Amino acid sequence: MIEGALEAAMTFFPRGTIQYLVGGVMVAVGIAVIYLGTAIIPGNSTFLETTLSYVSNVPRFNRPSYIASRDWRVVFAFSIVAGAALWGLVLDPGPFVTSVQPWRLFGGGVLVGIGTRIGKGCTAGHGVCGLGSASTTSLVNVVLFVGVAIITATVVAALGVTP
Amino acid sequence: MSRDADGSTTDRHPLFLPLVVLGGLIQGFGLAYSGMARPEVVLDFLQFDDLGLILVMGGAAVVSGMSFYIATHFLDRAPLSSDQYGRRTRSMDRNVAIGGVVFGVGWGVSGICPGAAYASLGIGNLPILWAIAGMFVGAYIQGYLRSRSQTESSHSITADD
Repeated sequence: MIEGALEAAMTFFPRGTIQYLVGGVMVAVGIAVIYLGTAIIPGNSTFLETTLSYVSNVPRFNRPSYIASRDWRVVFAFSIVAGAALWGLVLDPGPFVTSVQPWRLFGGGVLVGIGTRIGKGCTAGHGVCGLGSASTTSLVNVVLFVGVAIITATVVAALGVTP
Repeated sequence: MSRDADGSTTDRHPLFLPLVVLGGLIQGFGLAYSGMARPEVVLDFLQFDDLGLILVMGGAAVVSGMSFYIATHFLDRAPLSSDQYGRRTRSMDRNVAIGGVVFGVGWGVSGICPGAAYASLGIGNLPILWAIAGMFVGAYIQGYLRSRSQTESSHSITADD
């Protein structure tokens, strides 16, 4: 019984489970700190649009609420970079460099940028905050993006694209 | 001292930015620690080789759900903004579904989403700049087309996350 459970854990969680749970809790605690202090629910993808308002005259990016929040969203994004660096460069040995090819990163990034803006949120907004809010809209979005991503990644791998 | 839901105001509480920094640091640390800043770990999840992402998103959703519940039920107003607490809800429409599908294809191709991408830069993963650049290009394309079609369609959709 116990051996079977351990075997299953090794199959489905070859890297272990603790860092996933602890990391996930920390992601939510980071959001909760800002939320409890300010009532703002800080997602991660609005940063893209609000930051574009610095360099673009397109009305979409220059809505008053975007102009008003763009400064702290930049601070927030850089703090995420710094927090990650604290673990990734200071406490954990050595930098990590992905071997996923640049065209996948760029092409996928373009679609992610379009998709989160059309779909009203990203993995943090819908996946963490929306699900945490028991939002049906977020549940629909998450089920769709996880399902489509599984299909996409499987197809990409089947086409022999590695990494 | 009043502010709308986006934290816009001319006179912010002096602790506003320090709190944003603290929250960002904790979230970034969590994203790096969980491995989500590594596209490989996400792609392994999507191919069922490592289901860790379920624990990350699930654990995070449970904790954020608890903080939303506590704040909306037991707390009055946020100390730094005097704003009322709310949950994160968005209206359901066709765009939510279309956006989810487009996002899913992008996530499946790259293994990267916005928050994880910022964190990835922090762990020294310079190639992730391709993904971040792509996200800005995508957001620009979407915003540009949205602005152009704004006159044609009267209903406006907001995306604030």
